[in-house]
Amino acid sequence: MGPVPAGVLQLLALTAALALAYIPLGTYMARVYSSGRHWRVEKWVYQGIGADPDTEMTWSAYLRGVLAFSAVGVLFLYLLQRLQGILPGSLGFSSVNPAQSFNTAVSFVTNTNWQSYYGEQTMGHVVQTAGLAVQNFVSAAVGMAVAVALVRGFARSRTGELGNFWSDLVRGTVRILLPGAAIAAVVLVACGVIQNFSGIHEVGQFMGGSQQWNGGAVASQEAIKELGTNGGGYFNANSAHPFENPTPFTNLFEIFLILVIPFALTRTFGVMVGSVKQGYAILATMFTIWLGFVALMMWTELAHHGPALQAAGGAYEGKEVRFGVGASSIFAVSTTLTSTGAVDSFHSSFTGLGGGVTMLGMMLGEIAPGGVGSGLYGMLIMAVIAVFIAGLMVGRTPEYLGKKIGTREIKLAACYILVTPALVLVFTAVSMALPTPPHSMLNAGAHGFSEVLYAFTSASNNNGSAFAGLNANTDWFNTMTGLAMLLGRFLPMVFVLALAGSLAGQRPVPVTAGTLRTEKPLFTGLLVGAILIITGLTYFPALALGPLAEGLA
Amino acid sequence: MKNSVTNTARLLGAGLRALLVLTLVTGVIYPLVVTGVAQGLFPGKANGSEVRADGRVVGSSLIGQQGYSLDYFQPRPANGLGENSVNTQYKLLLSGATNLSADNDKLVTSVEAAKAKVVRDNSTADHRVRPSQVPADAVTSSGSGLDPDISPAYAGLQVHRVAERNGLTDARLRKLVDEHTEGRTLGFIGEPRVNVLELNIALKDLVAKAHP
Repeated sequence: MGPVPAGVLQLLALTAALALAYIPLGTYMARVYSSGRHWRVEKWVYQGIGADPDTEMTWSAYLRGVLAFSAVGVLFLYLLQRLQGILPGSLGFSSVNPAQSFNTAVSFVTNTNWQSYYGEQTMGHVVQTAGLAVQNFVSAAVGMAVAVALVRGFARSRTGELGNFWSDLVRGTVRILLPGAAIAAVVLVACGVIQNFSGIHEVGQFMGGSQQWNGGAVASQEAIKELGTNGGGYFNANSAHPFENPTPFTNLFEIFLILVIPFALTRTFGVMVGSVKQGYAILATMFTIWLGFVALMMWTELAHHGPALQAAGGAYEGKEVRFGVGASSIFAVSTTLTSTGAVDSFHSSFTGLGGGVTMLGMMLGEIAPGGVGSGLYGMLIMAVIAVFIAGLMVGRTPEYLGKKIGTREIKLAACYILVTPALVLVFTAVSMALPTPPHSMLNAGAHGFSEVLYAFTSASNNNGSAFAGLNANTDWFNTMTGLAMLLGRFLPMVFVLALAGSLAGQRPVPVTAGTLRTEKPLFTGLLVGAILIITGLTYFPALALGPLAEGLA
Repeated sequence: MKNSVTNTARLLGAGLRALLVLTLVTGVIYPLVVTGVAQGLFPGKANGSEVRADGRVVGSSLIGQQGYSLDYFQPRPANGLGENSVNTQYKLLLSGATNLSADNDKLVTSVEAAKAKVVRDNSTADHRVRPSQVPADAVTSSGSGLDPDISPAYAGLQVHRVAERNGLTDARLRKLVDEHTEGRTLGFIGEPRVNVLELNIALKDLVAKAHP
């Protein structure tokens, strides 16, 4: 069998596995966020927090909870790194410098996991497990909580109540992410991912001499890194490192972990708004875009255009033999169409167009299927925009799921979709215009520009992957990508929760013959079109200067 | 005003307590339980899949090594691999890729140089290797710099050289490579591969038996 049929079969197997998990997981998650009962362990947690999980919150109270919890998270993770030098269990590693600590703290709290540091030489056991991995859980749970709040906004009527943030946070962590990660971690260890708390291993080599590597709780972190669409690697090489991703099976399994919750959340959405068909329409939109991107990526990587790849006879630079080009392409698309940013191969050495596909995936807003929670709320915002466009065409007040999309709603949705492009383009333009930031580029010409564009696209969309030749460990990039991550995470959340509050307050509009049927394939087509056109118009000039110039040269 | 400050303080307090409780659950209990299960069920794998030969540890089957002499099978280039630049009391392997772009002249030059070297190393008086026979993995650096594998094509290309240098027949060595070729998992996942360290350990055994 050649690499093409093998790639297609892997794609089919992955799709089948995701399909099998879709209904049970999606329905389970809907129950988690709707149930009136608390687990005993959760009651202990609520006692510890000192919060009543049954108090309903308005959108602004919900938002204050999100912001307070995240602010404390940034501060705690910052201090943990700054104090690493005196913390026990840190392999004797020194404290991390202020700019890098800020960048990393923001990065993990915003579910971005951009890394301007090399994991294996910088972070000891305590920071990795009690700092970074904890944010892998809770930042994902925060994303899901905000998505669920928006879904409640659609599902509820004539109320200001969107649920309880603490309850959603704790349930997402304890009932969904923790059991999923625990099972996944054991599977990963069984395949060779390391899991220990020993110090630096020094082992002999075949030809003599020795090599040193760190031990660590890698499997437990790897599992939540993928399941929570986080993406921050224990090691610098991320999921290309054999200790994070040792076999072809673990590779496919990790892609599955990345995609399973974001896709299944469309089911959760359908169940909670009382029409699973509405969930299927959103699912179909996400799946269509994901599949199209995978096909495009496989084609360009297997065709391996570009002087160096032609000279080598294949696009193997930055890719591992055990995964090959096909599986690396599926991983690259899945990680950039979600907010993951883990990599099993290095995007900077992809073909020019392949690198462009990874960037375009992030520029869509990471909604196909997107990060845990953030993918669903991003896609629902696009659905609101699509409904609005359709309403303009027929001259009718648009409505979605029985809620009128009026002036206030469309303003909030418009603000949402403007935030990240503004961040990406302004930060990129300023970095290119200033004298010193361009010194961080590794490659020259169009690809050098792509490195900077990629960095801010990744940071603003909370992805975390990179054209990693860029030296991002400078005060400029640590600070500016840090700001981009903060604004790119929390400004959209403000608009989402405000929208949720506004929707929940409405009375439902009855369905009539004139209502746009948003559960039909026509709407899916409209939505895919709206997403591609809006993103295309926004980013085409920037893409033309970078990946298109390189890919079409 | 005073009220909103107190409210904010109360909210941050709740946030801090939530973070500490969840840190205990996901940052202490969870990794310790997984470590316990891992060390109980799969101690070898959980500790790095170390490989022993001649009574000593010679590496991990998952971590590629550089520096094999030409008597042995060669791994992929690892131009992105580094050594730690902070916490320099250690000499850690720093995993990584070159990140050079497909149109970078440096990458073109290094690929061409690697190809010329593969051709030169594997050609002998009676055996010419053509550049077109050299597979892509032989001349490119992996994503981690630690790729433990090479493609069966690259292993096959090296058979004649390694056989000649060790006084073995090509056929015997080809058999050895076949024995160490792992196909796609379930026939379709990933790509076929040969683990260089394991192959070289087996080669050393074979040579020791053939020339006692």
